[in-house]
Amino acid sequence: MLVEIAGLNIVFAGRNGPHTAVRNVSLTLGTEKLGIVGESGSGKSLTARALLRLLPPAATATAEVLRVDGTDVLQASERRMQTIRGHRAGLVLQDPKYALNPVMTAGAQIAEAWRNRRKGTRREAREAAIDLLAQVQIRDPARVADCYPHELSGGMGQRVMIAMMLAPDPALLIADEPTSALDAPVQMEILNLMEDLVSRRNMGLMLISHDLPLVGHFCDRVAVMYAGRIVEHLAADRLAQASHPYTRALLDCLPSLAHPRPRLPVMTRDPAWLA
Amino acid sequence: MIVVDDLRIRFGDHDVVRGVRFSVEAGGSFGIVGESGSGKTTVMRALAGLNDAWDGYLQVAGVPLGRGRNADLHRRVQMVFQDPYGSLHPRQTVDRALSEPLLVQGIGDVDRRIRKMLSDVALPAAARFRYPHQLSGGQRQRVAIARALISEPSVLLLDEPTSALDVSVQAEILNLLTDLRAERQLTYLMVSHNLAVVAHLCATVGVMSNGEMVEILSTEDLRAGRTQQPQTARLRALSLEMN
Amino acid sequence: MIAHLVDRAWLLSDSPQSRAQAALGSAYRLWCDFRANGPAFLGLVVVVILLLAAAFAPLLATHDPLIQNLGQRLQPPSADHWLGTDELGRDVYSRLLFGARVTLGIVFAVVVLVAPIGLAIGCIAGYYRGATDAILMRVTDIFLAFPRLILALAFVAAIKPGIGSAVIAIALTTWPPYARLARAETLVLRDADYIAAVRMAGASHRRIILRHIMPLCLGSLVVRVTLDMSSIIIFTASLGFLGMGAQPPSPEWGAMIATARRFLLEQWWVPLIPGIAILVASLAFNLLGDGLRDVLDPKQD
Repeated sequence: MLVEIAGLNIVFAGRNGPHTAVRNVSLTLGTEKLGIVGESGSGKSLTARALLRLLPPAATATAEVLRVDGTDVLQASERRMQTIRGHRAGLVLQDPKYALNPVMTAGAQIAEAWRNRRKGTRREAREAAIDLLAQVQIRDPARVADCYPHELSGGMGQRVMIAMMLAPDPALLIADEPTSALDAPVQMEILNLMEDLVSRRNMGLMLISHDLPLVGHFCDRVAVMYAGRIVEHLAADRLAQASHPYTRALLDCLPSLAHPRPRLPVMTRDPAWLA
Repeated sequence: MIVVDDLRIRFGDHDVVRGVRFSVEAGGSFGIVGESGSGKTTVMRALAGLNDAWDGYLQVAGVPLGRGRNADLHRRVQMVFQDPYGSLHPRQTVDRALSEPLLVQGIGDVDRRIRKMLSDVALPAAARFRYPHQLSGGQRQRVAIARALISEPSVLLLDEPTSALDVSVQAEILNLLTDLRAERQLTYLMVSHNLAVVAHLCATVGVMSNGEMVEILSTEDLRAGRTQQPQTARLRALSLEMN
Repeated sequence: MIAHLVDRAWLLSDSPQSRAQAALGSAYRLWCDFRANGPAFLGLVVVVILLLAAAFAPLLATHDPLIQNLGQRLQPPSADHWLGTDELGRDVYSRLLFGARVTLGIVFAVVVLVAPIGLAIGCIAGYYRGATDAILMRVTDIFLAFPRLILALAFVAAIKPGIGSAVIAIALTTWPPYARLARAETLVLRDADYIAAVRMAGASHRRIILRHIMPLCLGSLVVRVTLDMSSIIIFTASLGFLGMGAQPPSPEWGAMIATARRFLLEQWWVPLIPGIAILVASLAFNLLGDGLRDVLDPKQD
């Protein structure tokens, strides 16, 4: 198993006492594609960040089991965590503008990520970077390698980000809203690309998104989070038969091109969902 | 109600909008879809009087738009912005945000109008003296809608009004916009990259690509697949695939 | 209303019933954040004590700060002269108290003169951009280009040494950074959607700048001014030390050090005591400014 989580709680210390943002979350991930879906504040991003020990300072994570690639994240040394973050698990964030170093070329950043893991000359690293750019289906990889992040479009930046994350050959890719800043057609291209790379390299993918249909489209399994809890966990192709009222409401309140309705159903939140 | 004819906008030596023309009748609803960089928001900001660097002809509520300050334009046209976190002044209460248009335009009866407007957008009266940081994203967008409507304009410009919101909140805001248009006989011009959202709210859809409006068609034609241009067909196919 | 000011629940209410309650509640939250910052609170306490000492100097002083008593010159601290006497036998403790009036008076006069000018110039330049911005910022650059102390010295020397000239000289060299700061903030704020919304409401440029942009620039300006107060204190003291600020027998702290520096080796407490006063005052303003930055700086919201 790449990821094992059992009984994960994340608590924030606040002015008005502690606030539990993630409550008793358990899930596992092998070499497959798992989607975690929820609205803002549902704890989906925190859960993913806890795996890499990247929580904000005010948050504390406790769990019965919290393992990434066999390492106990709660016990591991900072050095060990750096190896995990750099080599074993890649993290793709929403906006490549903030995740890429603005004063380094795309090629140099990918080459650096590659050299972190393997020993090699500068020339080998650059060749590897260009090869990775080609793998993320950039048409002119040698030219893009010499571009600075501000010279790249959103979709292109996200491809560079993915190439950088793939450079150390990780076993797990965590993507936190990787396409929400992109236009629909580019969004599809990026997700298709990630799906393809993950399948070919036999990796695990954790895709975090607020977009339930999108996640259903690309993942094998979907975990639906609500107010810090996983309320439903199901195979992606069974989304249409979802049993939890929250999951159903999430699907139902979307406007649809195919099925027009004069009014959209409004979600009524049942306190029982918090049980 | 809105006439846009041969609108051209340049930023530096880059043509952002290249000869766009469309019109919206009174009480109508027109949606512009297109990818980012297609120029859709630029068209809207010119109509809002927020950008003077345009060429061509713009007319709102029977009056042609001039450049510079259009004091009476703002009685007829108001706008709801995309990001509810950036469209409310961080140090001003809801009350202040809503009273500002009334004070500026010399409209009296401030207290009653604010209370009425809050209830019209389904905000609790208790929200009146809160600051933006004390409100949720959906509540902020309701405040932004209330601020736009409190001076009783006839045209409402909607710039991606739900794209920063959770889908359950998006449904509530879309319903609210539907109701408000019916109650107040408003004319809507909406910009979005989400075809399903535009089709939900608008009767007519214009597709923009690369600074041009490549196709204008009715929502029924769009739903039925009677599209003329490949860009439209592609957007439609994507939207159907994801639903 | 007054009774509510001590009512925590009323202040922290999530649904205030009036503008006043909302504003007070928001101020109270800032106060709570500020209170939690120990050093900043200490800075505030010291500043308040200094202000009180300056305000009530005639009541607190044990002697007249100007009366000389040559038989009692350069006395070490004693029951009669708590901090000793200077070279003319004047009571150092009393001079220190009255000196606080001069020093803090200069500091506040400078701030009152400089902060609104900097804020106005910066906001106008940043809001209108274009030619207005270019002209105002070049003027700012000219003032910024002069070495501060030399400009002040030249100015004071050209007119006549004294507190009034010192205030104007310090003010002349202090406003440009505030204009820069306000302009930088305004450049970001003017393109915000909420400013576009006020423009669409039909508000005049004047109204937008005064009521919507300036209040947002005010936070960082207050922080910057508070942090600068320590350097104004030191600058005032420097001018006094060089004989270009307050003139004898006025008990300005810098001038006190200047006249007492001859006794640094034998009667070291005479120059040391005003030195400590300068140190404590500037440190207090610095701590206070640091704390205000944590609370007010919008970048950390």
